[in-house]
Amino acid sequence: MTLTDESPPMVNQAPSVPATQTVTLTVNGTAVELQLAPWTSLLDALREYMQLTGTKKGCDHGQCGACTVLVNGKRINSCLTLAIMQEGNSITTIEGLAQPEGLLPIQQAFIDHDAFQCGYCTPGQICSAVGLMNEGHAKTTDDIRELMSGNICRCGAYTNIVDAIQAVMHPQPDKL
Amino acid sequence: MINFDYTRADGVTSAVRDRASELTAKFIAGGTNLIDLMKENVERPTRLIDINRLPLATITETEGGGLRLGALMTNADTAYDKQVSKRYPLLSQAILAGASAQLRNMATDGGNLMQRTRCYYFYDVATPCNKREPGSGCSAINGFNRIHAILGTEAGTPDRSIHCIATHPSDMCVALAALEAVVRVTGPDGDRTIPFAEFHRLPGNTPHIDNTLKDDELITAIDLPANGFSKNYAYLKLRDRTSYAFALVSVAAALEMEDGRITDARIALGG
Ligand SMILES: Cc1cc2nc3c(=O)[nH]c(=O)nc-3n(C[C@H](O)[C@H](O)[C@H](O)COP(=O)(O)OP(=O)(O)OC[C@H]3O[C@@H](n4cnc5c(N)ncnc54)[C@H](O)[C@@H]3O)c2cc1C
Ligand code: SF4
Ligand code: FES
Ligand code: FES
Repeated sequence: MTLTDESPPMVNQAPSVPATQTVTLTVNGTAVELQLAPWTSLLDALREYMQLTGTKKGCDHGQCGACTVLVNGKRINSCLTLAIMQEGNSITTIEGLAQPEGLLPIQQAFIDHDAFQCGYCTPGQICSAVGLMNEGHAKTTDDIRELMSGNICRCGAYTNIVDAIQAVMHPQPDKL
Repeated sequence: MINFDYTRADGVTSAVRDRASELTAKFIAGGTNLIDLMKENVERPTRLIDINRLPLATITETEGGGLRLGALMTNADTAYDKQVSKRYPLLSQAILAGASAQLRNMATDGGNLMQRTRCYYFYDVATPCNKREPGSGCSAINGFNRIHAILGTEAGTPDRSIHCIATHPSDMCVALAALEAVVRVTGPDGDRTIPFAEFHRLPGNTPHIDNTLKDDELITAIDLPANGFSKNYAYLKLRDRTSYAFALVSVAAALEMEDGRITDARIALGG
């Protein structure tokens, strides 16, 4: 077949397979090169391409906090950012929190205070709690509740989660 | 999500040029609204122009004695900024009433102005919606419209639209309206400013057009006038749960008082 000006345009109308590109992510202190389509969320990159399945997918729409990770020390929802947008940033997931010496105090506090039931929201809760403490804006119990509201717990472990965070923050009792 | 190309903008001029040469492209900042809408196939950009590396994440003094919020300042960094929280506590309060700590760490000030409505039908491509698909009809007018507009929807109200009753969901914008902020934008034809009250549009006969920013224009900053009404102010937000929910109704109110008399009053309604 010869192509003339009258020929229908040879545009590929079928959904094209997304071309992948090299994306370098620094996760838990290690730089990793991945081949990703631009639409890959940071959450999917962690879970599907790096086997870091500690970070959970609850809603995939920013509504539950199960996917919370730290980027340059700040907590974000990894479902609402693209992996490719995070090149050059330092990403910390639940897998990267514990130190060789053992669990972080906040991780131990979650165990001591029975701050979970099924545990599905827990990685997000713990990353969020670390972010909360890094930010330094929570002064009272109500502040903790308000600033942890981005993490939903379907099992309703909220009161114990607040207790665990409070125990680590050592806030002044008179303010609580 | 449909396939798209990705470009990382390294300068304001090149970002605007890239957008002007491909009007189906979109800027991406925090991504908290755009990625959500792309997952639902409501937004289908052919290219994302990532503006996060542009030098627009600053807060500076304006010549008029106010503050200039760079478009890429995050909502969290804006709300907790020392100058903003001291001089414009109404704005800090409104921002902190919105979304969650995680989302506020991602969301940018420019993106907050540009976020789209939370009307359920707008999000659901299986239902008619004039904002998403002009001419297809409005599912909300006779549907579930608890989160929709109250004012301006009665027959006989001036500027009433029979095509869309959606609201703009932002908390930050209600405070910016009360403070009479000014939006600074740049495009292929140069820079211009848009008074806040003229930025968002009523739906009228063209509900698919949310605001007066042109397709190839980029928001660079938001200017706050010198008077921040820091003495007498309140932001009230009513919603279905006390945190992490959009407003059903919200009010930003601010008064300037002299010798027990009100010399200036501002009220903006949202939700
Ligand atoms: C679960 C959830 C709850 C939320 N609750 C609230 C709430 O209670 N109150 C509230 O106010 N908000 C709420 N939000 C919305 C949130 O505030 C917005 O999504 C956010 O402000 C958008 O900013 P962004 O930088 O992420 O924008 P993006 O998603 O990156 O972009 C949004 C739009 O803005 C355009 N854009 C971005 N920057 C520019 C620029 N500089 N110039 C021109 N165009 C630009 C993009 O092209 C895109 O069309 C919520 C969001 C979620 C997901
Ligand atoms: S209210 Fe507006 S956004 Fe919602 S369905 Fe009607 S036209 Fe669409
Ligand atoms: S999975 Fe990201 S917020 Fe629910
Ligand atoms: S422990 Fe089950 S969801 Fe929180």
